[in-house]
Amino acid sequence: MANVTVPIVVTFVVAAAVVGLMVTVSRLLGPRQMTAVKGEAFECGNPASGSAWGRFSVHFYLVALLFLVLDVEVVLLYPWAVELRSSGIAGLVEALFFIAVLGVGLIYAWRIGALDWD
Amino acid sequence: MSPGVLAAVQFSWLAVLPLGIVALAAVAVLLAGARAGQDQGEALGWFSAAALAAAALPVLASLGRSRLAFDGTVAVDAYSVYFELVILFASAMTVLISLRYVAEMGLAPGEYYALVLFAALGMMLMAAADDLILIFLGLETMSLAVYALAGFARRQARSAEAALKYFLLGAFSTGFLLYGIALIYGAAGTLKLEPLRAALAAGTDHRTLLLCGVGLVLIGFAFKVAAVPFHMWTPDAYEGAPTPIAGFMAVGVKLASFAAFLRVFGLHLGALAPTWTAVVWVVAALTMTAGNLIALAQQSLKRMLAYSAIAHAGYLLVGMAAGSNEAAGAILYYLLGYAFTNLGAFAVVVALERRGVEHESIADLRGLGARAPGLSAALALLLLSLTGMPPLAGFVGKLYLFKAALDSGLVWLVVIAVLNSVVSAYYYLRVLVAVYMQEGGVAVAPLAARPALLVAVGAAVLGTVLIGVFPAPYVAAAGAALRSALSLSSPGPLALIAR
Amino acid sequence: MSIDFAPLALLLLFPALGVVFHLFFGPHLGRHAVNVVGPGVIFAAFAVSLWALARLLTLPPGAALRLTLWHWIAAGGFRVDFALRCDALSAVMAAVVSGVGAFIHLYSVGYMHEDEDYARYFAYMNLFTLAMLVLVTASNLLLMFVGWEGVGLCSYLLIGFWYQRPGYAYNGRKAFIVNRVGDAGFVLGLLLIAGTLAGGGVLSFDFTALAAHRAALKPVAGAVCLLLFLGATGKSAQIPLYVWLPDAMVGPTPVSALIHAATMVTAGVYMVARLHFLYALSPAALLVVATVGALTSFFAATIALVQTDIKRVLAYSTISQIGYMFLGVGVGAFSAGIFHLYTHAFFKALLFLCAGAVIHALGGEQDMSRMGGLRRALPLTYWTMLAATLAIVAVPGFSGYFSKDLILEKTLGAGAGTLWLLGVVTAGLTSFYMFRLIFLTFHGETRLAGDRYRHLHDAPPVMAVALVVLALFSVGAGWVGLPPGFWWGDAFARFLAPATGALPEAAAGAAVGALAQLAPTLAMVTGLVWAWLFYLAFPGLPALLAARLAPLHALLWRKYYVDEAYDLVVSRPLFWLAERVLGGVVDAGLIDGLVDRTGLAVETGGELARLSETGNVQDYALVYLAGAVLIVGYYAYLVLR
Repeated sequence: MANVTVPIVVTFVVAAAVVGLMVTVSRLLGPRQMTAVKGEAFECGNPASGSAWGRFSVHFYLVALLFLVLDVEVVLLYPWAVELRSSGIAGLVEALFFIAVLGVGLIYAWRIGALDWD
Repeated sequence: MSPGVLAAVQFSWLAVLPLGIVALAAVAVLLAGARAGQDQGEALGWFSAAALAAAALPVLASLGRSRLAFDGTVAVDAYSVYFELVILFASAMTVLISLRYVAEMGLAPGEYYALVLFAALGMMLMAAADDLILIFLGLETMSLAVYALAGFARRQARSAEAALKYFLLGAFSTGFLLYGIALIYGAAGTLKLEPLRAALAAGTDHRTLLLCGVGLVLIGFAFKVAAVPFHMWTPDAYEGAPTPIAGFMAVGVKLASFAAFLRVFGLHLGALAPTWTAVVWVVAALTMTAGNLIALAQQSLKRMLAYSAIAHAGYLLVGMAAGSNEAAGAILYYLLGYAFTNLGAFAVVVALERRGVEHESIADLRGLGARAPGLSAALALLLLSLTGMPPLAGFVGKLYLFKAALDSGLVWLVVIAVLNSVVSAYYYLRVLVAVYMQEGGVAVAPLAARPALLVAVGAAVLGTVLIGVFPAPYVAAAGAALRSALSLSSPGPLALIAR
Repeated sequence: MSIDFAPLALLLLFPALGVVFHLFFGPHLGRHAVNVVGPGVIFAAFAVSLWALARLLTLPPGAALRLTLWHWIAAGGFRVDFALRCDALSAVMAAVVSGVGAFIHLYSVGYMHEDEDYARYFAYMNLFTLAMLVLVTASNLLLMFVGWEGVGLCSYLLIGFWYQRPGYAYNGRKAFIVNRVGDAGFVLGLLLIAGTLAGGGVLSFDFTALAAHRAALKPVAGAVCLLLFLGATGKSAQIPLYVWLPDAMVGPTPVSALIHAATMVTAGVYMVARLHFLYALSPAALLVVATVGALTSFFAATIALVQTDIKRVLAYSTISQIGYMFLGVGVGAFSAGIFHLYTHAFFKALLFLCAGAVIHALGGEQDMSRMGGLRRALPLTYWTMLAATLAIVAVPGFSGYFSKDLILEKTLGAGAGTLWLLGVVTAGLTSFYMFRLIFLTFHGETRLAGDRYRHLHDAPPVMAVALVVLALFSVGAGWVGLPPGFWWGDAFARFLAPATGALPEAAAGAAVGALAQLAPTLAMVTGLVWAWLFYLAFPGLPALLAARLAPLHALLWRKYYVDEAYDLVVSRPLFWLAERVLGGVVDAGLIDGLVDRTGLAVETGGELARLSETGNVQDYALVYLAGAVLIVGYYAYLVLR
C-alpha cells in the first residue's frame, strides 16, 4: 500500500508547493498600479461600451424561453425520426403525444400574450 | 399482441388513469386560466377540486388488484392507493383553502391551481412509482411546481426569496439524489425496485458504489422531508410562501416524500438496513430536537408551524429508524393524522387573512377566543392534536410510532422523542394562551362567509377527532396498505427488516 | 337465559337525544320547545322501560333481555362490552327511574318556568336520567361504574345549578368530594375483583361471569364487599359519608326529588342487590351493611326531629329510609330492600315535590317556623303531601307499610333483634318528625308575615298533575307485594327472586310473633300522638323542652357535630398539609424550582438554536454540505472498515 501511496502524496505536495511559491513570489515582487482601464469590465478584449447594467426588454427572455421549448422538441425528435420504422405505431403515438404536450405550452404562451411584442 | 400482453397494457393505462385525470385537469385549468380574471378564479378552483375528487374514483377502483404496471415501474397496491387518496385529499383541501385567498391576495388563479394539480400529479407518481428514475421524475414534477408556488406572490419580496432559496437548495439536493441513483444503478444494474431488491439479496460486487449511492439518495430524501441538517430552507420557504401553499408543502410534499422514502428504503433496501438505520437514528434525534427547540422562540405562527413540521418529520424518522412492520404501519397512520391536523392549522392561519393582509404573528391571535369562538376552538383542538393530546389523532399516531420504536429496542430515541413532545407542548399551548387568555389582536372576517374554508377547517377537525377516537379502521387500513406493498415485492414472509 | 332485545338501546337513546337537543338547540329554540322535549324524552324512555318490563313478564322467571351496543375496551384477552342487560331487578329500577323521573321532569316545567337557564337545567336532568339508566341496565361492573360516576357528576352539576348564589357551588363540591372518598373504595373493590379473577384466568367484569366464578372470589369476598359498600355509603349517604346530602338541598327542589331522594341515592342499595351473590359469600360484610343501615336510619331520624328547614327534614328522612333499605339487604332480604327502594321512590319524590310546591308558593321560604296553616291555601299540596306522609310513616294499606314492615319482619326473622328494635324505634321517630312537618306547615295558625297568606296559590296544573299521579302511586304502589297468602301474595318478591336471590335463612324466615308484627305500627301511632301533643295540642311544649334539655337539643340541632368533627379531623389537617407542606415546600420550592429551571434551559437552547437560522442561502447550503459529507463519510467508513 505504502509504495503506491507515497509517490502520489509526494506529487500532491510538490504541486502545492510550486503553486504556492509562484503565487506568493508574484504577490511580493509584482508592481501593482490601478488604472481606469484595469477597472473596466472584460468584454472579450473589445473596448467596453455602455454600462454593464444595461436593460433588455423582458420580451427577449420570453422569446428565448419559447425558443427553448421548440428547440428541445426538435432535438428529441431527431432520434425518433431515425428510428421511425422500428418504433412503429406506438412510437408515432408517443411522439405525437410529446409534441402535443409541448404544443400546450406554446398555446399557453400564446394565450397569455407572450407572443405580442407590444 | 397476445391477450395477456393486451391485458397488461390495459391494466397499465388503468393504473395511471388517476394521474391522467389530474394531468388533463391541470392542462385544462392552465389553458382556461390563461386569460381568466379573478371572477373566473373561483370556478377554476372548484373545477380543480372536482378533478381531484374524480381522480379518487379510479384510485379506489384499483383497490384489491395489486400488481405492477408498465413493465414493473409502477406499483398498483393498497400502499399506493392509501397514499394517493391522502395526497388527493390534501390537494383538494389546499384548493378549498385557497379559493378566497387567491382572490384576495390578487394571485393568478389559472396558474395557481394548475401548479397545485401538477404538484399533486408528481406526488401521486412518487407514491406509486416502483422505479428509481420514475420516483425522481415524480419528485421533480412536484418540486418544480412547488418552487413556483412558493414564489407565487411574486410582488412580495419574501415570497420571491422563499422560492429562490427553496429552488437553489432543491436543485443542489436534486444533484445528490440523482447522483445516488446513478451510483446504485452502477452497482446493481437496474433502476426498478423489484430487481434491485433481488440484486441486493443476491449480493453485489460493487459494495462501495452501492453504499455511496444509498447515502446520497438518503440525503436527497432527507432534504425533501426537511430533516436536520438539510432543513434550513424550510422556515424561510414556509414563511414566504402563500399560506395555503405552506400547508401544501408541509403536508403534501412530506406525504409523497415519505411514501417514496419508505418504499425505497423500508421495502426494498431492507437488506442494507443496518447501514442506514443508524444514520436515520441520528438524523431523527437531531431533527426532533432542533425543530422543537427553534420553534420555541418563534413569534410567527407560520414559522412556528414550519419548525413544528420539521419536528414531526423527526418523529416520523423515529419510525423509519425502527424499521419494523409495525413502525411502517404507524408512519402511514401518523401521516394521515398529520395531514388532517396540519392542513387544518394552516387553514386557520388562512382564515386570519383579511382584506389581502395576512395576520400570522402570535400577537395577532390575542383575544381570538372571544372574537371567533368557533375558529379558536378548531385551532385549539388542532394544536392539542399536534401536541399529542388524547384522544386526538396526534396522540394515537405518536403512541403507535413510539411503541413500535420501543419494540425495536430504540429506547433512547423514544426517550428523546417523548422529551421533545413535552417541549413542543410549550409552544403549541403558548398560542392557546394568546388566543384565550390575552387581549388585543386583530379582527377576523367570519368564517361563515367563506364556505370553502369552513368546509376545510371542519373536515380537518372532524378527521383529527375521528381517527383519534376510532383509530382502529385507519390503523387497519395502514397495515393492509403495507402488507399489500410487501406482498407485491416479496411473496415470502412479511418482514421489512430482519432484526 | 337471556334474549336479545334491541329496543333497550332506545332507553338510552331518548335521554341522550334530549341532552344533545338542550345543549345545542335549547337556547335557540326557546322555552316552549325545551318544555316539550325535556319531559318528552323521559316519558319515551319510560314507555320503553314498560315495554321491556312487559316483555320480561312474558318470559319464564330468571330470563333477561340483553343488547350489546359495541365492544368498548379490548386489551389482550380482557374485553368489556358496552352492553345492556335487563333482568327483573334492572327492569324494575329502570321503570322507577324513568317513571318517577318523567313526572319530576313534568313538574320541573312549572317549577323552573321563571329560570333563565331552563335549557341547561333540562340538559343536566336528561343527562342524569341517561347516566342512571346506564347504571341500572349495565351488563358489567365497569359500565355500571360509568353510570355511577355519571350520576355523581350530574348531582354535582345540579346541586350547584344556581352557582351564582354564594355557597351553593361549595355545597356541590362538598357532595362531589365526599363521593370521591366512597368512589375510591369502589375502584379498589373493582381492581380487587379484576386482579383476583385474572389470577384464575377470567378476564371479564360481566355480572353473569362474576356470578359464575364467584367461587374464585370467595377468599377476597369480605374485602371486596366492604370496599364496594364504602362506595355505596358515599353515593347513598350512609354513615360515615352521609354529610353531603343535607347540604345538597340547595339545588332546585325537583333535583332533590329526583336525584337526592328517588333514584341516585338508592344506587348503593341497587349495587348490593345486584352483587347479592358476592355479599352472600361474606356474612361479616352483610352484618356491617345491616348495622350501618340501622344505625344511619336511627341517627338521621333523631336529627330530623329538630330541624326546621323543610327540605333538610326530608333530606335526613331520606338518609334514614335508605338506612332501612340497607338494613333489608344487609339481613339478606335483597328483594325486600329493593321493594322499599321502589315504594320510597314514589312517596319521597312526592314529599319533595310537595315541599317544592310550598316553597314555590311562598317565594323561596323553607323555614317551617315561618309557615303554618297552609292547609286551606294549598289544598292540593296538603292532601298529596299527607298521602305521602301516611305512606312513609307506614300506615297500614299505604305503600310504605308493605315495604318497611317487610324489612323489619325479615330482620327479626334473621335473628337480628337489636337491629330490629332500632328499626322499630326509628319507625316511631319517623312518624313523629313527619307529622311534625305536616302540623308545622299545614296546620295551626299561619305565621306568615303580613297579608301574604291571602295571595297564596296552589301549584299550577303542570305541577299538580305530577303531584296527583305520584300520590296515587304512593298510596297504591305497595299492593304488588302483599304478605304471602293474601290474594296474589308477594308477587314483587317472586318476580325479583331470580335476579336478587336471598339468603336461605332469610327466605325461610322464622315465624314472627303477632306482637312483633304490630310493633312498628304501634311505634308509628305513638309518634303521631306525640307529634299531635307537641305541635297541635300544646304548641308551647317544644320550646320548653328545648330549653330544659338544651344540651340534647343542641346536639341534635348541630347534627351531632359531625360536620365540625370532620372539619377538625379531616379537612383542616389536609388543608394544612396541602398549603404548608405540599404547596409551600414541595410545590413552590422543589417542583416549581425544578420546572422553572428546566424551562429556562430549554428556552435558552431554543434561542441558541435559532441563531443557526441566518437567512443566508449560502450558509444553508454549507450546513447541507456538512451533513452530506458526514453521511457519505459514514458510508465511506462502512466500506473501508
